[in-house]
Amino acid sequence: MTTIPDPQGGTFRLSMLLNDTRYRSMTLQAIAALILALALFYLYSNLTANLRAAGLNISFDFLGAPAGYDINQTLVDYNSQSSNLRAAIVGILNTLLVAFLACITATIFGVLAGVLRLSNNWLVSKLMAFYVEIFRNIPVLIWIIIIFTIMTAVMPGPRAFRGDAATSSMLMDLFAFTNRGVYIPGPYFTRGIGGEEGSVVNWLLVIGVLVASYFSARFMTNRANAIQADTGIRPNTLWTNLAIWFVPLIVLLFILGLSWDIPALKGFNFQGGIKIGGPLIALWFALSIYTGAFIAENVRAGIQAVSKGQTEAASALGLRGNRVMSLVVLPQALRVIIPPLISQYLNITKNSSLAIAVGYADITATLGGITLNQTGRAIECVLLLMLFYLVISLLISAGMNVYNNAMKLKER
Amino acid sequence: MSDTPAQSVAFVRETAIPPSPAPANASGIVKWMRDNLFATWPNALLTIASIYVIYLILAGTMPWIFNGVWSTNSLAECREVLDGTVGACFSVLTERWNQLLFGFKYPVDQYWRPLTAFLLMFAALAPVLFFDLPRKLLIITALFPFVAYWLIWGGTIWTPLFALLGFVAGYLVYARFVTQSFALGFFGGVFAAVVVWIVTGYITPMLAPEQPLLEAVPSRDLGGYMLNMMLGLTCVSLSLPLGIALALGRQSSMPLIKWICVIFIEFIRGVPLITLLFVANVMLAYFFPPGSGVDLFLRVVIMITMFSSAYIAEVIRGGLAALPKGQYEAADSLGLDYPQAMRLIILPQALKISIPGIVNIAVGLFKDTTLVSVISMFDILGMIRGPILASTDWNGVYWELLGFACVVFFVVCYSISQYSQWLERRLATDHR
Repeated sequence: MTTIPDPQGGTFRLSMLLNDTRYRSMTLQAIAALILALALFYLYSNLTANLRAAGLNISFDFLGAPAGYDINQTLVDYNSQSSNLRAAIVGILNTLLVAFLACITATIFGVLAGVLRLSNNWLVSKLMAFYVEIFRNIPVLIWIIIIFTIMTAVMPGPRAFRGDAATSSMLMDLFAFTNRGVYIPGPYFTRGIGGEEGSVVNWLLVIGVLVASYFSARFMTNRANAIQADTGIRPNTLWTNLAIWFVPLIVLLFILGLSWDIPALKGFNFQGGIKIGGPLIALWFALSIYTGAFIAENVRAGIQAVSKGQTEAASALGLRGNRVMSLVVLPQALRVIIPPLISQYLNITKNSSLAIAVGYADITATLGGITLNQTGRAIECVLLLMLFYLVISLLISAGMNVYNNAMKLKER
Repeated sequence: MSDTPAQSVAFVRETAIPPSPAPANASGIVKWMRDNLFATWPNALLTIASIYVIYLILAGTMPWIFNGVWSTNSLAECREVLDGTVGACFSVLTERWNQLLFGFKYPVDQYWRPLTAFLLMFAALAPVLFFDLPRKLLIITALFPFVAYWLIWGGTIWTPLFALLGFVAGYLVYARFVTQSFALGFFGGVFAAVVVWIVTGYITPMLAPEQPLLEAVPSRDLGGYMLNMMLGLTCVSLSLPLGIALALGRQSSMPLIKWICVIFIEFIRGVPLITLLFVANVMLAYFFPPGSGVDLFLRVVIMITMFSSAYIAEVIRGGLAALPKGQYEAADSLGLDYPQAMRLIILPQALKISIPGIVNIAVGLFKDTTLVSVISMFDILGMIRGPILASTDWNGVYWELLGFACVVFFVVCYSISQYSQWLERRLATDHR
């Protein structure tokens, strides 16, 4: 029996770097690394040369300097003497605020439109198809500007609410829609901790009670499930759960003395209550209806992805209509709907950067807009801006991966 | 027992009775309405609510549209003509038509140039979009970028000609060597093209005539809807090859290449387009050689192309992942090397799967071209918000202008998505 000798007994020729698959990938990667290093070096040397020519340097000291501009919608204390860093934090909070609000309303719009589009009613389904097509095919920036125009040019000024011959009136005497923003009643506590001024502790208490209620309600539901598994009879949890949710909350709010600060026309403008600026509303509403159209398509696709056999099988087992939905169709549809839904949330967060077009003070408008223009620190500002969005995106994608792994079909 | 004589049967029907029409409430439009509009009580309520919504929309817009004024020179004149009645001042569209389409700086007597380029665009796109057309038409597509560049920017004709020459030289070298090895052909082609461009780069200024045939128009004079179309078309076509390369790189077994692509794609997808436009506006100039003065249009094209190529790469990666593993193994067992396998077997199928996704990205990108108005480029939205609404003549004509912008974007985006659906049906070769 002959044995085939090992080819090329250890001799190494230079051409093997290209022709031998064992070494070729190393060669190619070395070339790629070289090209990358050269390109980076080229860009870096251009950068330093340009900066030297312009007499600039890279430094983040400007973050500590006073910002010197006002922001009209802030969630934390801020004035024009605050630092640029604080302005950026105000911007970050504003970005998160509008993204959070828009995610909630976009989901509501999207689910409603998606479900209604599958309705048996011809007119309703056509109307929803019309909504989806109109909003998906027109740039979101145009929608933002349209709604901003409605908020500023169509809404009446505070003056229209004044006097006996007022041309406008407040909605139910509680809400005022003006061209300077929307005023809604604001809650405050008369007997709360921290006196009339109010303190964050009050709201933390409320949140604490809500969290406690959530876990108690979940405990009750789990207990009901266990009893059902043991005996086959499910105890009625509706009333207990409602009580768990509402009784402690109402008691707490009564103890703290919840009261409402209703906006009223004083002087040239409305005072009191909570003011929601026109830019925030424009951004919030435009992002909601625009993204809602995309979410509607996701929802529709998700529901249609559950095969009809599943519904029929569930009916054959004797389940009623709503149980078919909640036990069989929805769990399967959600598996399809949730991943694109989360990437729509990511889109909302990224699209909220269009705030700069209507003057809402989000991170792009503060750090990337006014701070950049006033300090001239273009590179630093844009880098920080990108870093912020990158962190948010990576956090959301990480969350999505965790969810996907948890919801993955467990086969065999 | 059937011994009854036949005669005793009084009547036997020998022909079928013609079917009588269905009852009036179970046929035709009545049945359709009962089934589709008023099937149940809640359904009927929904129908009535929908009709009311439609009525509100129509009642709000129709008088405004049909009572519109088309031929006045300012808002004041228009209001005079309307005389207190509800009506639109569409005359802003007719009076500022050229500004909406071409921006406010493009030389007026040269409008025929972008228009010609626009018409040529259809001829260039047709063979790409519809496979049934003769393949020879692709020559028009190949020539279109150079012709369009020359038409829109004008200046010496040698610049686009030499650019074309570079591509031709690159292609000839590639065709000569690709039979030996793809890498040799590809890099040889790139090398030849670059050599041609560098050499002709020195010659062009010498050949440039004092009075070029077409007057040169600088990039900052471009604007209006033309700018949106140009950005959209350029960036989508440039980002396709880049996206394919990135997708292949991300699938690569070479860790370094793979990680370069992963970091690039995830970075670009993680930040909003507007920050990339800021980069183009204020930061990118620092990375070019001092004194090169790359203009804003080119910088924006670079950033938008990077942006869309990352998204296209993800779509194509999906297509590559959707191919059965057997296809890769079959290519290997036929003895094809990597470029051959990709070119002949994998990519044609993967690209076919990814076409709907790519078209979605293209529509999204076209809509996103409006974002350049934020960095003070005067695209259609920038024109509306800037020069037109700020002019004393038309201060306050929001809805006509914004409505027009909606219509032009809707027409283009909706047709592209309809095309994509048609293509999807046509390419569906499996499970009918």
